[in-house]
Amino acid sequence: MTMTDLSHEIDASVLARALIAGRATGADFAEIYIEDKRSTSAGLDDGKVEQVTSGRDRGAGIRVIAGDTTGFAHTADLSESGLLAAASAAAAAASQGGGGVNTVAFGPMTRQSVNSVRIVPSSVAKSRKVELLMQANDAARSIDGAIVQVSAGYADSMKRILVANSDGVFATDEQVRTIFRISAVANGDSGMQTGYESLGHTMGFEMFDDNDVAELAIRAARQAIVKLRARPAPSGAVPVVIKCGSGGVLFHEACGHGLEADLVAKGASVYKDRRGELVASPLVTLVDDGTMTAEWGAIGIDDEGHVSKRNVLIENGVLTEYMWDYIRARNENRPQTGNGRRQSYSHLPMVRMTNTFVLNGTQDPEDIIKNTPSGVYVAKLGGGSVDTASGDFVFGMTEAYLIENGEITEPLREGNLIGNGPQVLQDIDLLGNDFAMGGPGTCGKDGQGVPVGDGQPTLRVKSLTIGGTAA
Amino acid sequence: MSGSSLDSELQLVADRIVAQAKKGEQIEAYVSRGQETEVRVYEGNVEHFVSAQSQGINVRVISNGRTGTSYAGTLDESALAEVLAEARENAELGSVDEWAGLAEPDGVAVVEQELWNEKLESYPTARKIELTKELERLTLGIDPRVRIDSADYSDASIESAFATTKGIRVSGRENGCYTSVSTLADDNGETQTGWGFAVGKYPDEFDLNKAARDGVERATRLLGAVKPATKRTTVVLDPFVTASFLSIIGSTLNGEAVSKGRSIFANRLGEAVASPVFTLIDDPTDSRAYSATDIDGEGLAARRNVLMQDGVLQMFIHSSYSARRAQTVSTGNAIRGSGTPGVGCLALQVGLGTKSQQELIADIDDGVLIQSVQGIHSGVNAISGDFSTGASGLMIRNGATAEPVREFTIASTLQRMLLDIVAVGADIDWLPMSSVGVSLVINDITMSGV
Repeated sequence: MTMTDLSHEIDASVLARALIAGRATGADFAEIYIEDKRSTSAGLDDGKVEQVTSGRDRGAGIRVIAGDTTGFAHTADLSESGLLAAASAAAAAASQGGGGVNTVAFGPMTRQSVNSVRIVPSSVAKSRKVELLMQANDAARSIDGAIVQVSAGYADSMKRILVANSDGVFATDEQVRTIFRISAVANGDSGMQTGYESLGHTMGFEMFDDNDVAELAIRAARQAIVKLRARPAPSGAVPVVIKCGSGGVLFHEACGHGLEADLVAKGASVYKDRRGELVASPLVTLVDDGTMTAEWGAIGIDDEGHVSKRNVLIENGVLTEYMWDYIRARNENRPQTGNGRRQSYSHLPMVRMTNTFVLNGTQDPEDIIKNTPSGVYVAKLGGGSVDTASGDFVFGMTEAYLIENGEITEPLREGNLIGNGPQVLQDIDLLGNDFAMGGPGTCGKDGQGVPVGDGQPTLRVKSLTIGGTAA
Repeated sequence: MSGSSLDSELQLVADRIVAQAKKGEQIEAYVSRGQETEVRVYEGNVEHFVSAQSQGINVRVISNGRTGTSYAGTLDESALAEVLAEARENAELGSVDEWAGLAEPDGVAVVEQELWNEKLESYPTARKIELTKELERLTLGIDPRVRIDSADYSDASIESAFATTKGIRVSGRENGCYTSVSTLADDNGETQTGWGFAVGKYPDEFDLNKAARDGVERATRLLGAVKPATKRTTVVLDPFVTASFLSIIGSTLNGEAVSKGRSIFANRLGEAVASPVFTLIDDPTDSRAYSATDIDGEGLAARRNVLMQDGVLQMFIHSSYSARRAQTVSTGNAIRGSGTPGVGCLALQVGLGTKSQQELIADIDDGVLIQSVQGIHSGVNAISGDFSTGASGLMIRNGATAEPVREFTIASTLQRMLLDIVAVGADIDWLPMSSVGVSLVINDITMSGV
């Protein structure tokens, strides 16, 4: 089964007229972004499928740039009159007066489809999706009587986008994403503990061919059970070993955001003016790659119509490149990097990550643990956040253990770890050879959420401050 | 929403959906239309200006104890028919839930509120841009070490209508605005960040000078901050930080979480779960609250609920669903999402103490003033009660603030923190959030640094 791209539903001449209207007041640039998204979600809690929800979002965002000012308007009305009205509103918003040559000639259309979806989610009966929830619920509850509550969620979305601009860009993409989440609560003498697992890919329902939701559920349940005997995490600075595929969020926060050109341009990043410098341990090569088919942050084109790319940001510790969107690249008279993204048609694009990861090192992960006399082993990270100007960032640990005499021992209660980006990058002193991508993430910036992926091999940071309560 | 039942265009749309209910079928329709303006100023220029319109419909269908929901971001005729059909189809897939159902009108009177301000509606666009530029100028004029990341203005208005087969029918409109500045302060190659904001029923009520001063003070006072030593200490939470803390506490009192075995306070009604100085109230009927409202997400009157009185747990909050499960009545705490309404506090506030923040600090020999926290979403678990966040602020020595500190964490458990509250300030600040801000002094927190 295939989907039709949006260019079959919107006449190119209408787009051209809308772009001309957008530049009617003399703007340098006009862009139209059209989105048609259908989504389905189903949620189970307390043993019951509590709700099945369908959603439809369809509309256009029109951006007009005049000098340093961006005007933006969006509409749910995709008729010619709706688009022209939004274009005029955006033009008025960006208006600096004047006028000039105003024609639009599209280049050849770029028709991308980020993934070759085998099973389009809408072709699968909703009852089959609901069944997955029940399977996960049963599996999680089956492993131990201490599991007192389980919730699970299934969601899929099919998003078709079309981007056209006055520079002649004309591109479409179809993005299909499927995600499954499960959380379990265990109750014991020391109170309640939680476990959480998620699985998400830029693919269709075939995701469940190779992934068993029951297995995922059992992992979440075990996490909660193990934590029933967790002791308070230590406090103070300790060596921290982070398991492969669980800690990409560390790089996302420690340097990913700081390498976004919009923050760099405003002098709100500790990595400003540091290209060509050693900013990390020479072990570290960091890549942002929107082309990684099937990963959660994959895109065929970015939300400004540019084909996604693989960009090396840090190579052997040296800062090689920032990530760029259209505006920042234009200001610096350089190419963009396929990192202009937005949450939906009602949002302005800005510089965003896609799939951000650190390449393999050479160490055997077992040796990394053996060579750590005492410290903390983080098997699963939670979310994080960063102040890019100071570089201070935090990330949560949802499953962690003590390392004593080179061995993983007691489980620890949850908490945040805190570090300073440039310092932590220097402090990575061991890097494993077991690279793995992590679970699906949503990156929030300036009020917008976009899907992102991350990954890394097992690694050690020689000192991070851990926010526990134990001495 | 203001609690009238005008026969607005939107009300007719909602009514029309609900009128299609078949025998034995419950339907709820929520229809809305909104407008927003967003201005961002940077270095004296408009960086962006957003003018946007949105609309949407959410439909919930309950049939034979099964619930289905659907939404669309458009009010096109074809979409309206599709949304109802999808919700019906979805309702066939849910589990039978004996407690599923829409809210029954409960006769509680709506406290009328002024949620619509005509002066905001007619406020000239050029002046919105001018005041945002003014905020940037004021901020830059205070301290040469300060730069601007952005100065922003935002307003929104929403018109909505709600109808159910239980006979709840209400429509109304509300609008609001705020402005904020995000600052950067540089010294010796180091950069720290701050923010300030102003709220008002319409822009002329903004205190731009205060927003500018706050933005400058927050960023500059952290310059030269060092990583502190690890120790147990007393913290003073700045009003903004307290507001986040109160939101988390509010989430633990969700009656649905209690029924489902996810609340740390289940079975604790009538017990002292917090310090006697702590009284927690959810009061959306207090018009000073930014999130004040007259009805909840199911169309029932929003109401004042005392959750903890002098440290003693008084009640849990409920929607009609969670209330039915717990064999009690809704407390008017349903909150709307894209599907079935959830349960949440609408406008939290606390019983105030008598001291200013400065006076509270004067009573502390050794402690830390927490200016901001980082990672609440990743380091606080409301089910286990673990609390651990990144933080920055100022050390407190001998009754006064001392050197700035950063890159440390504060940790305890929610249960301990409530019992360890030693004072609540008098410095109430009505923040643009669903919790009020006030200084809060808490003992025995682990500060983790060097």
